[in-house]
Amino acid sequence: MSFQIDCPNCGCRPVWEYHYGGTPRQRPESSATERQWAEYLYNRPNIAGEQTEWWYHRSACKLWFLVRRDTRTNQVLETKRFDGTAVTSEKSEKAVQSAE
Amino acid sequence: MVAQRMWQEHELKDQYDVVIIGGGVHGLATAYYLTQLGVRNIAVLEAKYVGFGGSGRNTAIVRSNYRTPEGIAFYDLSVKLYEQLAADLEFNVMFSQHGHLTLAHNEKGVTGLTERANTNQLMGVNSRIIFPEEIQRIVPDLNVFGHSRFPIQAALYHPPGGIIRHDAVVWAFARGVDRGGGHVHQKTEVTGIEVQNGQVEAVVTNRGRIKTKAVLNATAGYAGIISRMVGLEIPIETHPLQAAVTEPLKPFLNSVIVSSTLHVYVSQTDRGELVLGAEVDDHASYSLRGTLSFLEGAATHLLELFPHLANVKILRQWAGLCDMTPDYSPIMGGTPDVKGFLMTVGWGTYGFKAGPASGYLMAELIASGKTPPKLEPFALTRFYEDRLVGEKAAASVSH
Repeated sequence: MSFQIDCPNCGCRPVWEYHYGGTPRQRPESSATERQWAEYLYNRPNIAGEQTEWWYHRSACKLWFLVRRDTRTNQVLETKRFDGTAVTSEKSEKAVQSAE
Repeated sequence: MVAQRMWQEHELKDQYDVVIIGGGVHGLATAYYLTQLGVRNIAVLEAKYVGFGGSGRNTAIVRSNYRTPEGIAFYDLSVKLYEQLAADLEFNVMFSQHGHLTLAHNEKGVTGLTERANTNQLMGVNSRIIFPEEIQRIVPDLNVFGHSRFPIQAALYHPPGGIIRHDAVVWAFARGVDRGGGHVHQKTEVTGIEVQNGQVEAVVTNRGRIKTKAVLNATAGYAGIISRMVGLEIPIETHPLQAAVTEPLKPFLNSVIVSSTLHVYVSQTDRGELVLGAEVDDHASYSLRGTLSFLEGAATHLLELFPHLANVKILRQWAGLCDMTPDYSPIMGGTPDVKGFLMTVGWGTYGFKAGPASGYLMAELIASGKTPPKLEPFALTRFYEDRLVGEKAAASVSH
């Protein structure tokens, strides 16, 4: 379903303004084996449930930030700047309620 | 006369030689071809009902004009199996090979399609580049010479491509499994897989535990969840793919029309409805709800190709779950990490057309223990050995 994401700069905007950037991953040490590099490159947690992921506000302020979302319902639970400050606003809580 | 059921309901036995997870075209085709090879003590477990997932949600296009030699050989086998499927299964699967056209609207597009046409021809697949006059002759209603933002410059023409009735295919396979002595268990959800000393020993379901030495993961949308039950991580991310149908119209469109530049594809069903779709949604999700933004985009692009459809109404839209792999090719075969755990997964947006070939070759692998040559390129290990089978150019919009 279509949903809204609460951008730290722009507030609640429709999802098609954003680009999905996948879940944050830990880059292996340079001593990692080829198999570990391949797993880092290709494997994804692909969780059916809550996960934290990168989003990019492509059509507006160009900010990369973090979103906690339930992938089964697309409900956005929390948005954070990449330093970890939560920015979920009153407005986005309303959007979450109306999505339920 | 009392109507016959297509397949019987059975008690869940406590032991099967092979347990197949997923009652879609891949699982049922594998089960059917296993019974043909004499392996009959088998069960197909489906959490919902036969054809609930991708097999009932895809847009039923069958073709083999892929990009890589590995892909072309594989999908060509599938087209050939589909051609004889109605006779094999004694059920009309309504396969209409009316041709498939992939449009190019710029020089880069023409170059890409020319490369595909050449590789197709080298592999013996009927496929060639055609130019606007011939395109207009084949599809008289297509906006080839009228005003357009992106005029059509050429097309990859694939005469054996076409559409099929996807529900008929899964029903007929399920009946084939039943007639061959296999069990089809609906509403049977797998909750765990037991592994001891690196060997699969049992499958746990909501209806009980089944002892087995061989499990096939033939699911879509849940391939990663099932694989994680044996501790295996696979390179898959699940994205929704949306499609829509219009109200029925008089027949005017024989061919399947695809345009990567316009992000749309369309075909007309035997009932007269136009089926249209585009790429997968940008973000990973397990939600099956459609969006207005998809419908707006697909409709706008369709009108570039067929402006006279402006007043046609959309009947309904839906979404299916697509397990996307990094190279837009499937993952088929076993894994050295867990003996007895096999998979035919990662079928992204190209799974239905591949069902019979996937089932035929997976059945051969399970029955003989040897990997057929056509399956080898699609092993999970290709990601660790830098042997990707890149099909994005031939599979991202065109399904």
